[in-house]
Amino acid sequence: MPKIKYIDEKSMEREVDVPAGWSVMEGAVKNLVPGIDADCGGACACATCHIYVDPAWLEKLPPKRDMEETMLDFAPDVQSNSRLSCQITVTPELDGLIVRTPKTQH
Amino acid sequence: MPHRIVIIGAGQAGAQAVTTLRAEGYTGAIAMIGDEPFAPYQRPPLSKAYLMGTLERARLFLKPEMFYQESDCELILDASACAINRTAKTVTLFDGRTLPFDMLLLATGARVRRIKCPGANLVGIHYLRGIADVDGLNAVFQPGKRLVIVGGGYIGLEVAAVAAKHSLDVTVFEAMDRVMARAVSKSVSDFFERVHRAAGVNLQLNTGVEAFEGAGRLEGVRAGGVTYPADIALVGVGVVPNMELALDAGLPCEDGIVVDRNCVTADPAIFAAGDCTWHVGREGIPLRLESVQNAIDQAKHAAYAMVGRPRAYSEVPWFWSDQYDLKLQIAGLARPNDQVVLRGDPVSRKFAVFHLRDGSIDAVEAVNAASEYLVGRKLIEAGTRVAPERLADTSTPMKNIV
Repeated sequence: MPKIKYIDEKSMEREVDVPAGWSVMEGAVKNLVPGIDADCGGACACATCHIYVDPAWLEKLPPKRDMEETMLDFAPDVQSNSRLSCQITVTPELDGLIVRTPKTQH
Repeated sequence: MPHRIVIIGAGQAGAQAVTTLRAEGYTGAIAMIGDEPFAPYQRPPLSKAYLMGTLERARLFLKPEMFYQESDCELILDASACAINRTAKTVTLFDGRTLPFDMLLLATGARVRRIKCPGANLVGIHYLRGIADVDGLNAVFQPGKRLVIVGGGYIGLEVAAVAAKHSLDVTVFEAMDRVMARAVSKSVSDFFERVHRAAGVNLQLNTGVEAFEGAGRLEGVRAGGVTYPADIALVGVGVVPNMELALDAGLPCEDGIVVDRNCVTADPAIFAAGDCTWHVGREGIPLRLESVQNAIDQAKHAAYAMVGRPRAYSEVPWFWSDQYDLKLQIAGLARPNDQVVLRGDPVSRKFAVFHLRDGSIDAVEAVNAASEYLVGRKLIEAGTRVAPERLADTSTPMKNIV
């Protein structure tokens, strides 16, 4: 099972197994990784699952679709490596992915 | 601070209340009673990805099992409460157990409204509210089957979209003159009607269902004086709040359990959150909302009040629906006689409808238009005045609209 490392704003690291096919958001929520709210449950409707992707992994991710791009425009503290974690599907190729969670989702 | 909190209802609001109570530092006992055999799960995907078969059951759950252990929350599932004794401060369950509480949260949600017409109990007539409902529907959801949907609301149309993709033969009956009439404005209804018809859905407006026909099992649906052959029927004609427990306990109810802005009922030890509440909206108008947003936010506010740090609830309501490749996102509540401004062209499958009152936005309905939705939501929150002609002008990006 692919392993994903979530690092919170206080640099606390949590590495969890996430089944392929799940989203990076689900990997966090189902393993009680804090820092991701995901109020809408992954429907790309709320922009509360914002994460920063480790720069080394950015290009290995599927590109953002329009809806994600736009939702991110309005999330707080957006950077060039910002993504919505509900829109990243975990695949075996993403084994070892490192993401950071922001200070706040609101 | 209370020592023992009981939550009746194991849905979105119940799960959120546990999260927020612990985050706010509440250290007492929590027990949550749910009438389904499942820990709290997401309902929105039931009529979308779960029915479609692209999201398995394990992914519906809001929290992993260990959350309830770590949160020291006793889950009492497949059980329901039959009475609240406000004097003794106890909840009695149908199995005879009695749970004491210092504070009680009613997160009882809503249940489907049953249709009342001849044949309404035939085998083959389905409703959609919980996992078991969708599992039952899935078992018969096969290509070529004739599916009749009663009600052109969110549930009816989301199921119609999934069914059309699964190559079922779909007919939708809507008693009103447009679909989703309770939730969206006319131009959005018109748009979704065209989309469903283009996908092959037979959509019959102004048509109420008169009877279900068949010998024991559904064979046809009579509507508008005509009998339509049918293998399956799905009824989606709204929900009613689960407020009987509150009523029996003498708590005031309207179309929901009456709460104030801190989600407190008439009894200072009893709170309510989510679909079951009759509460005061942002505009001061009492209402009941059926939404994830309201369940989450009211549960948070109930928890704040329970731990003695109340903050008045006045969040902007938001809603969404997925049908085909379309994401409908709504923020705010439109009111009669609002000024309606269209931004973008529905033909492009990306547009928004703004509702303005006295120069500021009451509501936005956005189809595949996330920035219109998000900026709209922020402007509603702030009460900012916006020029209607700028909103209508798609050459002005939403970011620069004010």
